[in-house]
Amino acid sequence: MKCAPFEYVRPTSVDEVLAALVAADGEGKILAGGQSLVPVMALRMARPAVIVDINRVEGLAAVERDGDTVHVGALVRHRTLAEQSAHPLLAEAARHIGHAAIRTRGTAGGSIAHADPAAELPVVAVATGATVTAAGARGDRWVAADDLFAGPLMTTLDADEMITGLDVPVPTRWGFAGFARRHGDFALVTVVVAEVRGQVRIAVGGVGAVPLRARAAEAAIGEPVERVAQLVGDELNPTGDLHGSAEFRRGVAVEMARRALASAGI
Amino acid sequence: MEITMVVDGERVELTVEPRHTLADVLREQCGRTGTHVGCEHGVCGACTVLVDDEPVRSCLMFAVQADGSTVRTVEGLESDDGTLHPLQEAFVAHHGLQCGFCTPGMLMTALHLLDTHPEPDRETIRREMSGNICRCTGYMGIVDAVEEAARLR
Repeated sequence: MKCAPFEYVRPTSVDEVLAALVAADGEGKILAGGQSLVPVMALRMARPAVIVDINRVEGLAAVERDGDTVHVGALVRHRTLAEQSAHPLLAEAARHIGHAAIRTRGTAGGSIAHADPAAELPVVAVATGATVTAAGARGDRWVAADDLFAGPLMTTLDADEMITGLDVPVPTRWGFAGFARRHGDFALVTVVVAEVRGQVRIAVGGVGAVPLRARAAEAAIGEPVERVAQLVGDELNPTGDLHGSAEFRRGVAVEMARRALASAGI
Repeated sequence: MEITMVVDGERVELTVEPRHTLADVLREQCGRTGTHVGCEHGVCGACTVLVDDEPVRSCLMFAVQADGSTVRTVEGLESDDGTLHPLQEAFVAHHGLQCGFCTPGMLMTALHLLDTHPEPDRETIRREMSGNICRCTGYMGIVDAVEEAARLR
């Protein structure tokens, strides 16, 4: 189908974006890579009155290392993320996103803002304890990934706020394991293990409304890998759908946890 | 909105509605009906074109966003005298198509694949082409064609 009509604005600064969102009075939507938003609009599941295209906003496309953290601008494309070497876990995750043509356009900020619980970057953000910078009319604020995701495709950000970047700690050890039936599909289950500042964090995507921390498993780090992986599965409460039953997903989660822990060397 | 693009080497100035996708504008306002529109929501890959040398699903990009860009479609592949691109020749030789609906997207994705992976193995070809769906061939001929085109470069 075709998208419903909308008003199109193309600001070149964050301030102009925020002004456009305020002017849209809750009816505005930010367009970054468009790889999730445009399909939703084409299916008429969303029909925003105003599209605020941020692709020409300056200064949001850099990947910069600052100490033990990497700053990723909101407009960094998945392709760039996959090819950079400052944050190997982000590179690995980005390589799993969609297909070549999706990675050309899709952005880090967009993936986080879209908050698909099966998407790769939100799981990495939760596993590493990343911080999202949100610009708004009242200034910038910093939101921990743990506090950002509110539900499927929902965040705690306001309609007139905009993600400008994320700060992602570089883990000293990490593992990424996801299972998808076909290359490029959203994974049924993704498990990311990250050791940040001496603490091991485990996040699971695809089995809940938001990326989930496996806290009981985190507390059991040091016990045999099989035991920790089993705890990851025990904590989950997956639902079944046409892609797999609840028990199948739990089983896949245990195996992905085992692989992620093993590849992290934990 | 007024936009300017370079499409297959030709500069075009157009007036477009913001909601019109690049795919629709290429087909309906630029006469580039070689770019096919299948699913219209980014799943099938048939509408893949190169925007500033990178593969893009033209159904997931509004034409207004391509303002100032260089777009390459399947119709820009053959040379001015009508000689087919080596990739097209390879698709013909290896039965890389049957109905041909997916072929424009296959060719443009393969073109970028060959630019970024000069010596791809079959596994790489399958992985990089996985975003393009073909319902006829079973893919063997497509992989054969891309493999040969890479070998001939």
